[in-house]
Amino acid sequence: MPRRFPDAVRAAAFAVAALAAILLTPSLQAAEAMPAAADPALEARVMRVSEELRCLVCQNQTIADSNADLARDLKNQVREMLGRGMTERQVIDFMVQRYGDFVLYRPPVKETTWVLWFGPFLLFAVGLLVLFRKLRARQRSPATPLSAHERLAAAQLLTAPPRNDVEARP
Amino acid sequence: MRRFLLPLGIFAVIVGFLAVGLRLNPREVPSPLVGKPAPAFRLAQLHEPDRTLAPEDLRGQVWLLNVWASWCVSCRQEHGVLLDLARSGAAPIYGLNYKDNRQAGREWLVQHGGDPYVSSAYDQDGRVAIDYGVYGVPETFIVDKNGLIRHKHIGPLTAEVIRDRILPMLKELNGA
Repeated sequence: MPRRFPDAVRAAAFAVAALAAILLTPSLQAAEAMPAAADPALEARVMRVSEELRCLVCQNQTIADSNADLARDLKNQVREMLGRGMTERQVIDFMVQRYGDFVLYRPPVKETTWVLWFGPFLLFAVGLLVLFRKLRARQRSPATPLSAHERLAAAQLLTAPPRNDVEARP
Repeated sequence: MRRFLLPLGIFAVIVGFLAVGLRLNPREVPSPLVGKPAPAFRLAQLHEPDRTLAPEDLRGQVWLLNVWASWCVSCRQEHGVLLDLARSGAAPIYGLNYKDNRQAGREWLVQHGGDPYVSSAYDQDGRVAIDYGVYGVPETFIVDKNGLIRHKHIGPLTAEVIRDRILPMLKELNGA
């Protein structure tokens, strides 16, 4: 029996068929279904609140980003509370009462967080001040002329032939 | 020489901040609930589903609430310590069985040397735990006679924690 296709083509065709079979299998596609997508407006509010709340298990993620068990539970809690007609502010306050300010992904501006919020600006201002004063001081003092020895060394550096002991690589 | 003093000073300050910062445990988030009333709940008990457990039933005594689950690995670590504490009679320990399976929870207690809890509340969906700001099992709360949370310990209890923190506090609260 004559072979109509080279092996490579047959292998490629097989791979495409296998991939299609995987992608088109409904059970695999549905693995990460969003719960309660029935109400897109509510879901958008849930996401908005979730993005303000820190996941306490994986601390550098919001509960919107996290797939941890607790994050999912908290998202469900948020969804339920918003569904009951509570405002976003009320839901966030509810979480703060239980988990403390730490649950807020954006730390609130209050006395204990002033250093956090304003510290960097203060440091920047201090840096600017130091820089400014240095520049002023330099402007006022006249530049010291080079000594004869320094002048000679500079001239030698400037007129020396380029060193080619370092080989250029492509 | 003086020009090195400022960088050296800044360096020393940074080292100081890092030395303190690296020792802090970011997992231990201070609970805003300390000093507040223990959130109310009424849940079915783990062993007797037709009976309930509620903090208000425990008014007038100092008690511990220990959040545990059969799937929680660190709970095994503290289980022996809890059994010792229960045997000592320093305070009644109540359990909050967190997002567990009733059968698995009961069997876990049998397999791990016994039940230190007077009774356990069965918090299947974890809602009560959210009210208590639980984010990592095991967690232990001390509740005083007036129903106020006085202390929260996150993570497994150890013999040292019991000796240095829990027992002195129980003594103080029971004495008052």
